[in-house]
Amino acid sequence: MIKHDNIEKSLPLMVVMIVIALSWGGLVEIVPLFFHEDTNKPAEGLEPYTAMQLEGRDIYIREGCHVCHTQMVRPFRAETERYGPFSTAGESVYEHPFLWGSKRTGPDLARLGGRYSDEWHRAHMYNPRDVVPESIMPSYPWLFEDKIDGRLTPKKMEALRMVGVPYTDADIEGAKEAVDGKREIEALVAYLQHLGTVVTKR
Amino acid sequence: MLSTFWQVWIAVIVLGSMIGCGVLIMYTSRGQRKEETDQTTGHDYDGIQELDNPLPRWWVFMFWATIVFGFGYLGVYGLGNFDGLLTVEVDGEQVTWTSTNQWKAEVQKFDADIAPLYAKFTATPVEELAKDADALQTGQRLFKSNCAVCHGSTAKGAQGFPNLTDNDWLYGGSPEAIKHTLTYGRQGAMPAWGGVLGEEGTADMVNYVRSLSGLKHDAEAAEKAAPKYQQLCMACHGTDGKGNQMLGAPNLTDDIWLYGGSSKQIEFTLKHGRNGKMPAHLEILGNNAEAKIHLLTTYVYSLSHQQ
Repeated sequence: MIKHDNIEKSLPLMVVMIVIALSWGGLVEIVPLFFHEDTNKPAEGLEPYTAMQLEGRDIYIREGCHVCHTQMVRPFRAETERYGPFSTAGESVYEHPFLWGSKRTGPDLARLGGRYSDEWHRAHMYNPRDVVPESIMPSYPWLFEDKIDGRLTPKKMEALRMVGVPYTDADIEGAKEAVDGKREIEALVAYLQHLGTVVTKR
Repeated sequence: MLSTFWQVWIAVIVLGSMIGCGVLIMYTSRGQRKEETDQTTGHDYDGIQELDNPLPRWWVFMFWATIVFGFGYLGVYGLGNFDGLLTVEVDGEQVTWTSTNQWKAEVQKFDADIAPLYAKFTATPVEELAKDADALQTGQRLFKSNCAVCHGSTAKGAQGFPNLTDNDWLYGGSPEAIKHTLTYGRQGAMPAWGGVLGEEGTADMVNYVRSLSGLKHDAEAAEKAAPKYQQLCMACHGTDGKGNQMLGAPNLTDDIWLYGGSSKQIEFTLKHGRNGKMPAHLEILGNNAEAKIHLLTTYVYSLSHQQ
């Protein structure tokens, strides 16, 4: 018979039991989703990111945009009223890692694409106060000077292909040329304007 | 839908855990004395001893209560193939609760509640509705949610984003024109003239454009650019520079500037062109988009027509 005495005095046994206890909920809540069609099947019309969008996404991560912005419209009326159709798992199938975020200091961005003009995005990234005087978002002026180095882009695509993003050889071959020397802001705007458009068709 | 295997997997683990918790409570309380005593478990850590007393009654009760609550919760929301007893109303029918159905029910209920109000607003022409304080307040809220990001919360715009309060219009300020702008969007198309005009020609043209608004300029340079203006710019901005609302070509004579009226700013506009874009909002506004556009038109119209 196991007594708590035995567990408390044996570190390995305690570790094993803690892991089992902690993963218990995950067995029900997470594991079945690995085999669920809704979470594995790409949404209709979902394409892998182009090289520009992919680099834009990496800039989004680098600048920590996901810390203040979510990309997850939840199925509540107030949210779909403000942002658009709620997010579905199929939209995130090619996201590695996903950027759903967990805190909204700024608005949700899951349906951002096509909502504002490219020009607005550029003005807003250069200095948010120029277009939204009340904004507390930081400025990102260096994006207008720094250029993208495309050497790593094909490697990023290859890595993504290994985890199931269907990049073709042609995609990967053309990637370096597509982004090399472009200003970072162009890539970021390309990414932002793409957000959520698979569903909104904008 | 999950396959049968996973349905069973979930049901077995969930129910098994709940029953297991109950069994654990019964097992641990078996043979335990009812009263508190000074008897210890025999554990002694640095002289600190552990009393061996039963759990307080309320505590055990809480354990059982959570287990009972758990079964109640599963009964309401469902487990595995069992859908649960909770229903929501979608399309006039009671259907099983799912988060999607709950959302549908919420949206439909709100739409039904607001329909009479929207019907009243949309039945009133914009010019008349612009005198209705309720409509203007609703319009203002819609404006702040959807338009203020570019045009500002006071609708005064920013560089590159038109001021909507000055009764100066790129595409016309009639209710119909505003509604068209909101519904289908607008795309500015000022070409880049830097290559055609050349460095000196651009500088001359800057002076000519500034002369149209009566701003400080070099009259000689302006005169040199005048024939070029009639050749290149007149098609959109008109012979007299008063613009053309059919094309969204700004009036150059009124000293109101979308991209700034300094020599530097005009030079940039001439050299690189401008392609301001107003996105189409019919789809962006989602549910009741047409009623919302009617209210937004009314609000925007009212900004330039205040008594």
